[in-house]
Amino acid sequence: MTAISPDHIERTTPAQRALREALYAGVISFGLFVLLIGLKSDQNIRNELILVQRWGLLAIVVALVMAGRFATVAYLQPYFAARKAEKAKAAPVSADAEKTFFWKHWTKIAIAALFLYPVVIYQLVGLQGSLKWVDNFGIQILIYVMLAWGLNIVVGLAGLLDLGYVAFYAVGAYSYALLASEFGWSFWILLPAAGLMAAFWGVILGFPVLRLRGDYLAIVTLAFGEIIRLVLINWREVTNGTTGISGIPKVTFFGLFDFDVSSPFYIAKVFDIPQSGVYYKIFLYYLILLLALLTAFVTIRLRRLPVGRAWEALREDEIACRSLGINTTNTKLTAFAIGAMFGGFAGAFFAARQGFVSPESFVFLESAIILAIVVLGGMGSLTGIAIAALVMIGGTEILRELHFLKAVFGQDFTPELYRMLLFGMAMVIVMLWKPRGFVGSREPTAFLHKSKAVSSSFTKEGHG
Amino acid sequence: MEYFVQQLVNGLTLGSIYGLIAIGYTMVYGIIGMINFAHGDIFMVGAFIALIVFLFLVSVFASVNVVLFLLIMMIVAMLLTSLYSWTIEKVAYRPLRGSFRLAPLITAIGMSIALSNFVQVTQGPRNKPIPPMISTVYNVFGISISAKQIVIVTVTIALLAIFWYLVNRTALGRAQRACEQDRKMAALLGIDVDRTISITFIMGASLAAVAGTLYLMYYGVVSFSDGFVPGVKAFTAAVLGGIGSIPGAVLGGLLIGFIEGMWSAYFSIDYKDVAAFSILAIVLIFLPSGILGRPEVEKV
Amino acid sequence: MNAAPAMNDPILSVEHLSMKFGGLVAIGDLSFEARRGEITALIGPNGAGKTTVFNCITGFYKPSEGMITLTRRDGSQHLLERLPDFQIPAKAKVARTFQNIRLFSGMTLLENLLVAQHNKLMAASGYTLLGLFGIGGYHKASAESIELAKYWLDKADLTSRADDPAGDLPYGAQRRLEIARAMCTGPELLCLDEPAAGLNPRESNALNELLQGIKATSGTSILLIEHDMSVVMQISDHVVVLEYGRKISDGDPTSVKSDPRVIAAYLGVDDTEVTDVLAEVGDVHVIEQLDGEPDRAHGPTDSASMMAGPVSDTIGHSDDKGELVLVEDGASKAGQYDRLSALANALAAPKGGTPDKLTLIKGIGPVNERKLHEHGIFHFEQIAAWSEADIEAAEAYLEFDGRISRENWVGQAKALAAGGER
Repeated sequence: MTAISPDHIERTTPAQRALREALYAGVISFGLFVLLIGLKSDQNIRNELILVQRWGLLAIVVALVMAGRFATVAYLQPYFAARKAEKAKAAPVSADAEKTFFWKHWTKIAIAALFLYPVVIYQLVGLQGSLKWVDNFGIQILIYVMLAWGLNIVVGLAGLLDLGYVAFYAVGAYSYALLASEFGWSFWILLPAAGLMAAFWGVILGFPVLRLRGDYLAIVTLAFGEIIRLVLINWREVTNGTTGISGIPKVTFFGLFDFDVSSPFYIAKVFDIPQSGVYYKIFLYYLILLLALLTAFVTIRLRRLPVGRAWEALREDEIACRSLGINTTNTKLTAFAIGAMFGGFAGAFFAARQGFVSPESFVFLESAIILAIVVLGGMGSLTGIAIAALVMIGGTEILRELHFLKAVFGQDFTPELYRMLLFGMAMVIVMLWKPRGFVGSREPTAFLHKSKAVSSSFTKEGHG
Repeated sequence: MEYFVQQLVNGLTLGSIYGLIAIGYTMVYGIIGMINFAHGDIFMVGAFIALIVFLFLVSVFASVNVVLFLLIMMIVAMLLTSLYSWTIEKVAYRPLRGSFRLAPLITAIGMSIALSNFVQVTQGPRNKPIPPMISTVYNVFGISISAKQIVIVTVTIALLAIFWYLVNRTALGRAQRACEQDRKMAALLGIDVDRTISITFIMGASLAAVAGTLYLMYYGVVSFSDGFVPGVKAFTAAVLGGIGSIPGAVLGGLLIGFIEGMWSAYFSIDYKDVAAFSILAIVLIFLPSGILGRPEVEKV
Repeated sequence: MNAAPAMNDPILSVEHLSMKFGGLVAIGDLSFEARRGEITALIGPNGAGKTTVFNCITGFYKPSEGMITLTRRDGSQHLLERLPDFQIPAKAKVARTFQNIRLFSGMTLLENLLVAQHNKLMAASGYTLLGLFGIGGYHKASAESIELAKYWLDKADLTSRADDPAGDLPYGAQRRLEIARAMCTGPELLCLDEPAAGLNPRESNALNELLQGIKATSGTSILLIEHDMSVVMQISDHVVVLEYGRKISDGDPTSVKSDPRVIAAYLGVDDTEVTDVLAEVGDVHVIEQLDGEPDRAHGPTDSASMMAGPVSDTIGHSDDKGELVLVEDGASKAGQYDRLSALANALAAPKGGTPDKLTLIKGIGPVNERKLHEHGIFHFEQIAAWSEADIEAAEAYLEFDGRISRENWVGQAKALAAGGER
């Protein structure tokens, strides 16, 4: 048999292939962007729509796409292929390798860090400077972490695809808002009340969807979420419609002192320290931190109890569950109720923090973001979800801080406009890279000899 | 009585638009079992492309030749929107095709968010109104039927006829139906499954693009957020008619359009979207296989 | 095998069970009993409706007609066709495994077995509330459940892999795990759907040991569907045979094994293989010794059910237009066998000890002659005396399809009988 010379097989070098791919990508991106980027519909002085030409911008974008594609094919792909080959050759890492001190105790370290965060920020940027970091970053991220941990019970543990979780958030927020404005009850009474209301609605909404599976369950929960939002907008007598409910009283520190400047119990007066709006934010930060940790604690406990195991079994195979005598109806409703309850807690907190609620805060996009955080983090994994929230929410918040970009793109450039665009793209990219989420494994809740993490290639994602 | 028939006509028009979008949903679900969340935003992209083409034509031509303009708008919108849909399928959906069911759903949601925000960023967040393209209104037995409505219904019928032919009488349609039934077997028999799926996405997107153009023509204004609600309503239509069934999608679209029209006319216009979402929930809970669909039985 | 008469009371009693899917009758008037402490096997060719019976018993289908009674050790009775499906394992203590293994693949073996003890543990944890706060007897109950899980892991020979994900196990181990998991629910009746499917002989033996161990130590009764005859014959005490949704035989393994209707159902009735199998069974003349009538004691009886009918009535189904189409009349092999045995003038033995040379009839070769002998046809005058019905029966059995009339066997036989050729 004659040997086939290498020339016959591989005529194109990686560089040539990269060039071809880049050209191809260029043509496609030109087609995609020529009208939407190249031209812009703008309103002129007479309020008519005219077209503004931006061929320069189009050229830059297409060039960037081509360059990116070239780099990917020419450098990144061979790099990853080589790394894969290396890994295959190397001996498998022993599963029993001793973990370093950091990894063994890393949950405790992380929690300690979270508690110390405001203190550190205060040291770094002073009292007023820390407002932004504690509020927009700390509190905002922690709210999403709590919401995602709450949704995790429904989606991550029980495998029930809920796309309308924001409804429970809204129920909690509006319950708190209405009851606090009407009756002036303290936050500490209303918090459990909001949770109960939300749990109640969780059961109501869960009941009709018990038989549904997978995608259909997702769509119906989406529909319910939207219905609740539309009712909030239109039921003006109760909810004040789009204007929302404002003037929600602030949370007091167990009635001992509060954060209302005009009140005689104002914290600055009580402790004789300079007046500042930051105290409230710091208080709220610790409040949400404790609420989130409560969510995590309950989740961990429930996973070890039969109900938590039943949730995970439900996610794996519902028919097998029924054949073992498990009442799957009750199991599903419990998951909905408890998940909804934490959403309600978060909603009550949200209302207290903002002082104001309106239906605009409870759009489908929020449900989508929370679900994305759960899936990107790795279903059922508390740490993965927390990291995902930090990256996604923190990452987009940080765009507001990137003032240096103004120098590059001009004064008119507002990075936060791109927040959602980047968020959407990030969702796609992370899913393509790690379809099972950042954390690719599951911790078993009981073991005979040794706890071995179960790779997520074995876990099912649940069909409802 | 006249009022009723008027609402009927309005509902029929609206329903045609929903039906065109619904076909895209139902075809994609039928062939790869996935709800293409981004399809509503594809519709919106189609509308925007039609908008820009319109503005371009207006600036180039002195007078407005409606038929020619519409035709050019539709064709360009179809071409470019199909490119969007094709690219999205190839880049975001195809790599995840075999895996984990949630991943394509999240990707689709991400694409939807990315698309609507892309349009917001590049075209600005405000509404985009255009001068009315067609103003003629006919009065038939006391019912006013605008020429716009006639155009919409006619175009829809024409497209559906072409479509029906494509799906039922050509090899492509046969390949699609084979892939719907059993992808692996179809591949084994020599059908290029990837290409068939791509073509499915392209066909759905083309119809959505036409729907977008007609939407722009009918309402005279479009905004970047117009993908979500019509998208959900169209999906409701697809499910109502029986997901996977193309005549079902059209039937569902007409029904939804009709119900929406009637609801706003006789009840309250505020809650008309609630009506659509409620129908969606009710249909999925009590009649998941829809009107023209076939129920699935899980084998134990 | 039970040599002593079965004195055990029935744990499961299926009476006149019928299951109809649209126009298709999947099970027609099925009645049988499974006795306590025994292993009962449900066998039959593919499509006989065995899994459908299981699904009716375990609550996945609601039967169209009939009663399924489970009697527990304490005497309480549960009507399984009325219970919601998850109550059947919970209250009636009936557990099952599945044809396509349904394990919780993302959970470890131990966790799989703990999930099986869910109801017990839920009660102990005060329906979660007490357990959440760490009070109540949950800790003790949890430790006990782990002990029970360890016991069954040991029985199924899976202890070494207790902490591995269930999806990681090889196929045979997964089957054993499923059985262990079902046993952790503490059932009185264990229903196994093809437990030996896909197992090699060594694994089948291990399975047999496991099942016999279960029967001996825990007193759980077992009902199983199986195709693997070695498993069925080795371990079952009682065998029920289905074909096209009807019971065609019921008894202990040896008698069922040699029941010609069963053989006919499995193998079809036209082969020389029939004689080979009979030879295997050890009794070539067993057919001749039967009196040619269906065994009323164990077979279908007259009943008030609309769906009852003679065994030879085959299953109807609807075609696309919704019309009821009957499967080929005579498709039931057991039925065919019965019909042929009932040939009017069959003889127990040839007259005068010598059969006629049936091969003289054009169209009958040595094979067919042997078959005719098996059914008691030895002489030309018997063939000559065949009525239309007899011809039909013979044609179906011997698969001649019109040949008998075409080649005019009856005419030839008449001529030969008259002509006196021997």
